[in-house]
Amino acid sequence: MNWLLVVEQCLNGLQLGVMLFLMAAGLTLVFGIMNFVNLAHGSLYMLGAYFAVAFLKWTGSFAASVVLALLATLVVGMLVEVIALRTLYERDHLDHVLATFGLILFFNELVAIAWGRAALFASVPPALGGFVEILPRLRYPLYRAVIILVGLAVALLLYVVVSRTRLGMLIRAGASNRTMVAALGVNIRLLYTVVFGFGAALAGLGGLMAGPIYTVQPGMGEEILIEVLVVIVIGGIGSIRGALVGAVVVGMVDTLGRAFLKPMLATVVSPAAADSAGPALASMLIYILMAAVLYFRPQGLFPATRS
Amino acid sequence: MARRRRALAMLAALAALAAIPLVAGLVNQPFYLDLFRRIMIFAIAAVSLDIILGYGGMVSFGHAAYLGIGAYAVAIPALHGVHSAWVQWPLAMALSGLAALAIGAISLRTSGVYFIMITLAFAQMLYYVGISIEPWGGDDGMRLARRSQLGGPLDLGDPHVFYYVVLAILAVLLLVGDRVIQARFGTVIRAVKSNEPRMRAIGFSTLRYKLAAFVLAGAVGGLAGALLANQTEYLTPSYMHWTRSGDIMVMVILGGMGTLAGPVLGAAAFLLLENVLSAWTVHWQAILGPLLVLVVLYARGGLWGLLPGGASRDD
Amino acid sequence: MTEPLLQVRGLRKRFGGLVATDGVDLDVAAGETVAVIGPNGAGKTTLIAQLSGDLAPDAGRIRFAGADVTALPAPARSRLGLARSFQITSIFREFSALDNVALAVQAHAGHSFRFWRPARAEAALREPARTVLEQVGLGARGDVPAGTLAHGEQRQLEIAMALATRPTLLLLDEPVAGMGLDESARMVQLLRTLRGRHTIVLVEHDMDVVFALADRISVMVDGRVIATGAPEAIRMNPEVRRAYLGEEVSA
Repeated sequence: MNWLLVVEQCLNGLQLGVMLFLMAAGLTLVFGIMNFVNLAHGSLYMLGAYFAVAFLKWTGSFAASVVLALLATLVVGMLVEVIALRTLYERDHLDHVLATFGLILFFNELVAIAWGRAALFASVPPALGGFVEILPRLRYPLYRAVIILVGLAVALLLYVVVSRTRLGMLIRAGASNRTMVAALGVNIRLLYTVVFGFGAALAGLGGLMAGPIYTVQPGMGEEILIEVLVVIVIGGIGSIRGALVGAVVVGMVDTLGRAFLKPMLATVVSPAAADSAGPALASMLIYILMAAVLYFRPQGLFPATRS
Repeated sequence: MARRRRALAMLAALAALAAIPLVAGLVNQPFYLDLFRRIMIFAIAAVSLDIILGYGGMVSFGHAAYLGIGAYAVAIPALHGVHSAWVQWPLAMALSGLAALAIGAISLRTSGVYFIMITLAFAQMLYYVGISIEPWGGDDGMRLARRSQLGGPLDLGDPHVFYYVVLAILAVLLLVGDRVIQARFGTVIRAVKSNEPRMRAIGFSTLRYKLAAFVLAGAVGGLAGALLANQTEYLTPSYMHWTRSGDIMVMVILGGMGTLAGPVLGAAAFLLLENVLSAWTVHWQAILGPLLVLVVLYARGGLWGLLPGGASRDD
Repeated sequence: MTEPLLQVRGLRKRFGGLVATDGVDLDVAAGETVAVIGPNGAGKTTLIAQLSGDLAPDAGRIRFAGADVTALPAPARSRLGLARSFQITSIFREFSALDNVALAVQAHAGHSFRFWRPARAEAALREPARTVLEQVGLGARGDVPAGTLAHGEQRQLEIAMALATRPTLLLLDEPVAGMGLDESARMVQLLRTLRGRHTIVLVEHDMDVVFALADRISVMVDGRVIATGAPEAIRMNPEVRRAYLGEEVSA
């Protein structure tokens, strides 16, 4: 057993987990506070990636492109909230699902119109190319390591904001008793727009970091969205802690499963059988995990108490 | 009263559908035959979803998975030389029903937004499984070796015969669906949507009824999938992609959910719109997207609700 | 001594830091009407929810009709003869009043895996439903959509649905909640006719109603039963008066 390979895949799993967390945090916040199912969250991720590529081309500076892409995604998120989604908070979840599904179709086409359907190439910025030596004889791509660090930093930032600031207090209060917060005279509409924008920015951050690693193309948001939904269901809707735990677990299980299930299977069944069953089973792993968690805890691991 | 009107509307629609092949022949546009047959197949899928979504209030976002299973249940036996529809189609319904049983057994223990996300996730799981199984085409999908054989004069290779077979199935489904909704079972399903805690309080073990409805809907979805495979003679795992589930859901809502006839209208409207729009621009989804949002925001009763006197829902 | 129809021992339930039910014992003999009263927050509705099966207790036992039902879910208890009405009206608003009651009848008329015959054509469901509607005074209102009934009529419908399940024990959670004087009086009349024929556990704030109907009264404060006895004894009980400081224990 090549232990270095295992460590490397664990790091990859952590990297995927961290990106899932960026998406999950925004989505679970929006759900917990506004009771809103936002399927278009993946579109914001996609926009982050596209904006980053576009701004890099425009300004030539990686740093500038990151800042601009984040801002742009934040603005788009808030615009969408104000224009299309605000009136839907009081409606039932089916309406949310349908409306945001419509937005997905719209954004995917919009992106195709602007940039075409072919995958765009996003390059790893030269400053972050290269490798870092994690262990003797294990060189890990610097870019991926940076993603992990950024993700953990954001997690820490979120923790501080949610538990130490007034905004965070409003968020926690809103998650457990929305009507009470409104009754206390807090400008609920503004709070909602801010939360939504914040979530959009997080998704955009995930998208722009993901660009160089995964393909930038229309529909990229939906692929990761499903995994994010699994994360939230496992972690418990409305809970940031749940989002973090769920994200890391899902990231690990998915990555390690895809890397090692086939070879592990091949030790017990024929290589041919492992070849065809391995990938199929690996792709099912996180869903089996979700089913297992739900069996024992239908509300997820850390459900935010809601009323 | 609502029932009488619905029955009349459905008869009119079925009569219109029956006339399409004749019209298509007159104007020498066999394409319409194909298009309306496709509409009817999706109408079958949409009606099956309406049972659990419109009447049962279960927002299942994974219905396309059952169509996919049904399609593969036709294509895979065909690959191995089994072409009889009397084997393939019951198999399609049985396998989809079984998948619905497994998915439902887990998903129905949750509710609300969890339920939506979980049905979505499980359906997508099946999609990923479909992609990764190479012997069955994987990502590229597979061709249907031969259309299902019904035997005797019923040759699905003949476009007209195939059309009327699908029409017959749709008609039977609407008739049976109507009876089921009015029967004890349908009443329970509708009441569960209205107030599930009350149902439990008066003595109904609601889970078993919801699960049964879920399985029935899945099985009929599988039949739609079997027909779809015959229609396109080609299938890919993308039939099971969650955006396809979204399309079917849109058809139900667009047409008017909880009306049985609405989904038929919705399927027609959706596919006709797609047809017209895609002739204008390849980016027709940029129009469909906002259109959907508007329908949700402003026309909740769907097309059925816009018809004169259509506002009174099923009772 | 025959076993009480309902026997509760050591029932406990907590929600996080809040102890809603703190070791409740309760006996209800067949045919009795027992009222459970107490100040707001005493845990009365939580108690009803645990008795009906809508809420699982953390500890304790509930015996009903000679069987331990603690682990049984609500539908199973209903089938054993335990019926509940809700404090916040819980009916099928889109269905007619008759449909509402017929559903309750249907729940106890065999299984509902029937797919062909219209349920509305089943006289075996409609006739008993009509009878119960008459019994509660809604005979003329059967075809009205339940959501459009007046509040008082909806409370009557609540009772009708409970009765239609042919229960031996009725758990009534504030049956006159939100009702005016006339409506309350009519409801009390109705409940009087049920006394003796059904065993009743009644949660109520309205003391007139309680003294008009109860054979015995149990007083709950902070999740515990502090006193049980005949109405007069309870009225004189110093602990009870203290618990109700500021509240009127009238008549």
